[in-house]
Amino acid sequence: MIETLLQGLLLGGLYCLFALGQSLMFGVMRLTNTAQGDFIVLASYGAISATTLLAVNPTVAGLVLVPVAFAFGYALQRFVLSGTLGRDPLPSLVVTFGLSIVIQNALLEVFSADPRSIESGGLATHSIALPGDLAVGALPLLIFATAVVCTAALQWLFSHTSLGRAFRAVSDDREIAELMGLDSQRIFALATGIAFMVIALAGLFQGLRTTVSPADGPLLLLFAFEAVIIGGMGSFWGTFVGAMVLGITQQIGFRIDPGWGIWFGHLVFLAVLVVRPQGLFPKTRG
Amino acid sequence: MSSTLLRAQQLTAFYGDAQALFGIDFELHAGETVAIIGANGAGKSSFLKCLTGLLRAPREAISLDGQGIGGLPPGHIVKRGVAMVPEGRRLFPSLSVQENLQMGAFARRPGPWTLERLFKMFPILERKRHDPGTSLSGGQQQMVAIGRALMSNPRVLLCDELSLGLAPIVIKEIYDALPTLTGEGMSVVVVEQDVTVAQRVSQRVYCFQEGRVALQGRSDALTREQISEAYFGLGSGLSLSEGHP
Repeated sequence: MIETLLQGLLLGGLYCLFALGQSLMFGVMRLTNTAQGDFIVLASYGAISATTLLAVNPTVAGLVLVPVAFAFGYALQRFVLSGTLGRDPLPSLVVTFGLSIVIQNALLEVFSADPRSIESGGLATHSIALPGDLAVGALPLLIFATAVVCTAALQWLFSHTSLGRAFRAVSDDREIAELMGLDSQRIFALATGIAFMVIALAGLFQGLRTTVSPADGPLLLLFAFEAVIIGGMGSFWGTFVGAMVLGITQQIGFRIDPGWGIWFGHLVFLAVLVVRPQGLFPKTRG
Repeated sequence: MSSTLLRAQQLTAFYGDAQALFGIDFELHAGETVAIIGANGAGKSSFLKCLTGLLRAPREAISLDGQGIGGLPPGHIVKRGVAMVPEGRRLFPSLSVQENLQMGAFARRPGPWTLERLFKMFPILERKRHDPGTSLSGGQQQMVAIGRALMSNPRVLLCDELSLGLAPIVIKEIYDALPTLTGEGMSVVVVEQDVTVAQRVSQRVYCFQEGRVALQGRSDALTREQISEAYFGLGSGLSLSEGHP
């Protein structure tokens, strides 16, 4: 049982990375990015390309990928998504859904449907022994630690910096924030850039942990959605807890029957929607 | 009277196809308090939105110190010294009192207004600096909204319906702070529904009616009848009751 919980927590770490970008973009812009999973897959392919074409190790690939993802996210918000923001959530849903289709087909065209992964140099198979005949994988532990650091960093950014204050202000009342001299378009672009930095890490770790193929995006989006909604839209530690709940539930399902894990997660998600639709810890606060 | 600081000339404004302002002429001098009165829908708030860049206006229709500012983004206008206290306070709910005040300093100009000075002016805010802004009483929220605008060190302070929903004693306390501001050279535009208050706190009054200036003059020279006519329109037969339109 302890092993199941432990594996669930570690799986939750990956789901947390899938979901943090979604939580950030929704928290600041009220934008639901339906291409979140596809951007994660795109980042995986970016890392795969960097490690094969440039012959660099995954660490270097990550160091290159994260700033590139920030610039990509910033430009995407500034030149594509900014025109979709408003009281009506439909334009942003339609545009990100369109981006999802474009990304899937572009990846299919360039990389084919064959699953690929990033050569981890033994990291994916290395494990660390724990007391009580337990062992945890080094890579899942690294992913979990990264998820904790990213969650804490985002919460600190929101609560203790002037940029975080600006994020909360434009989220609360965009018109008055502009009246204070804030450039809301720039603030939104910065938020998207930061969200894409986390997406890049999620893609890198997904490619290291397992294989990826162009059609994986919607399933990753589903996990991200479930973690965010269980935790509460726009709350980073809530998203973290939501991801842990999802990971543990899936692991319990897998333990009972290998085919039950995913839908056990869906059941918990549905139960939260029914009992507490606002999630466990709604809305990011300073 | 000193030279004109803020001027609107033949200002027109639209919400989509609907015209809200029809050729407004307006002047504000340094250190002066001007009140704008008028019934709901007269165009008072639309006029302030034009002055702050929230509503599009032709560049030369609004000038600050002789330079056209009409249609500039709100951030550019606040950096030039025009700040607004919006109708209904509109504090940021997820920010504390202090954070709300700090937001006003985002486009800060050099000047005397700091957090310390604001806390001296409104001591209650210092005691509640870490509370959520929206947890305060209406009057205290209005103090935060005024303080937030002052943090940019404006030359022109625009106040939209300061007294809305507040008790008379709180309204008096808030308006009593205005002479401190104008005494330091700041100019104030007050949009006010309460004509008595508007006349008491200002040197000049503009009365708007259906997007036009129906009357203007010195606050102490305008009679109740003149204002009633301008407020409701000639021959309406309506008059202003004491203390409220």
